[in-house]
Amino acid sequence: MKTVNQKAWLLILPVIVCVAFSAILPLMTVVNYSVQDIISPERRVFVGTEWFKAVMRDDDLQGALWRQIGFSISVLLVEIPLGIALALSMPAKGWQASAVLVIVAISLLIPWNVVGTIWQIYGRTDIGLLGATLEMLGIDYSYTGNSIDAWLTVLVMDVWHWTPLVALLCYAGLRAIPDAYYQAASIDGASKFAVFRYIQLPKLRGVLVIAVLLRFMDSFMIYTEPFVLTGGGPGNATTFLSQYLTQKAVGQFDLGPAAAFSLIYFLIILLLSFVLYNWMLRVGTAEKAGGTHG
Amino acid sequence: MDDRRFKKRTLFLILYLVFAILPVYWMINMSFKTNTEILSTFSLWPRDFTIEHYRTIFTDASWYSGYINSMIYVAINMVISLLVALPAAYAFSRYSFLGDKHVFFWLLTNRMTPPAVFLLPFFQLYSTLGLMDTHIAVALAHLLFNVPLAVWILEGFMSGVPREIDETAYIDGYSFPRFFLTIFIPLIKSGIGVTAFFCFMFSWVELLMARTLTSVDAKPIVATMTRTVSASGMDWGVLAAAGVLTIVPGAIVIWFVRHYIAKGFAMGRV
Repeated sequence: MKTVNQKAWLLILPVIVCVAFSAILPLMTVVNYSVQDIISPERRVFVGTEWFKAVMRDDDLQGALWRQIGFSISVLLVEIPLGIALALSMPAKGWQASAVLVIVAISLLIPWNVVGTIWQIYGRTDIGLLGATLEMLGIDYSYTGNSIDAWLTVLVMDVWHWTPLVALLCYAGLRAIPDAYYQAASIDGASKFAVFRYIQLPKLRGVLVIAVLLRFMDSFMIYTEPFVLTGGGPGNATTFLSQYLTQKAVGQFDLGPAAAFSLIYFLIILLLSFVLYNWMLRVGTAEKAGGTHG
Repeated sequence: MDDRRFKKRTLFLILYLVFAILPVYWMINMSFKTNTEILSTFSLWPRDFTIEHYRTIFTDASWYSGYINSMIYVAINMVISLLVALPAAYAFSRYSFLGDKHVFFWLLTNRMTPPAVFLLPFFQLYSTLGLMDTHIAVALAHLLFNVPLAVWILEGFMSGVPREIDETAYIDGYSFPRFFLTIFIPLIKSGIGVTAFFCFMFSWVELLMARTLTSVDAKPIVATMTRTVSASGMDWGVLAAAGVLTIVPGAIVIWFVRHYIAKGFAMGRV
């Protein structure tokens, strides 16, 4: 057991100060804006929950929210299985392992707007490899003109960008399984599928929870890549929540509604992370209680 | 049977690697082509090889200063994140205290806050403090997501160090600072390396805050790139070359941490 020691607060004090400076202060400003109508810096009127009501009734916002949820779910459905499959097929040792790791990880280290730029170039039908190939195959493809194409391009871009994260997490989980498990399985004559289902998958549960959590949260906050690639268009097809919020706050400078929207957005994320975090903790304790923790 | 399965897996891996590498290759390919070649002919490799675009970037201060600015705030951010996260992670991994679980959760929620939410207040806060367009402003803003992440990763690594080591050291008469600096930190070296890598990565790739908090003096390369795209038509070659150059630091860093990277991505939890 951990020792009870209230002086430990002193050790975490610097972190609290840092994060409070960059989280609590700004958050209070947002709260302040969300209940006022700011006509000019000197003239502001208290409007209560007016902005919240307006934001909740906003059709564009609801559209963005549903698009966001659909996008995040699609991301998880594609990236998690693909990431597991990729981790299973990556070599375990030797120079091949290093080389594959570096190639797989590289997309994570590319600045997000460059990811957008890469796909912007790659998908163009005149100068991009992907766009030109699709056109050659006779498919009428245009990520700037057709909303389905745009949406799919953003999804494929996200899969390209973030599947490596899932794969690397699972790869680390797989390397932590002791050889004895595999030996026991081969003595029992277990099939490859049985090994995966009853040894590898349960052992991956811990890292998979982290992967789902991170991917869900990050895809829910996606901004830069679609901003560079499609600018939210065509129409509103790829306008997700962050994009919509930034348009309101910086583009139209609607401080009140933007602040109210920020708070609602923040609360949605908070609620979802609370649920996921508790789920994660439960999975963690169940693993420890079962004595199977790697 | 086994052999065929092995081949299927290898085939899948190779297909994925091609999928992963092609978009990057295409950009590298383009960065060595002249603009006329980019727009007129479609070729898988540069026919008319040129390094003109790279020369433009290395000789034009408005381009190369972007890289220097990015490096500066990323470095400041990395140092601050590690300095504040190390003691906190130790506290979370070793002691239980009033509200520890809540504070930990609160830290994590900051990692999960959309940066867009804080855009406007950050702008106001840093304007009021007179920090707009400085490297320190971006470094401080990036603490929002890097400190929680650093605490999270370090806590995972520290929990893997047996508690008996601490106890033995205290019995031997080590004071806390001396124990922490001379015994504990060397034990979690790889964890610190991995954490530094993640702080580097998330600060290096972020655009939204970096662009909002800077205008001229501290403008990062990622912002330089987007502004060029919208302004002077499309200089595809220079854009591609600038993109390639933003990947280089990441590729170098990845090479150094390649042995820890898989473990690192699991946040020290396997």
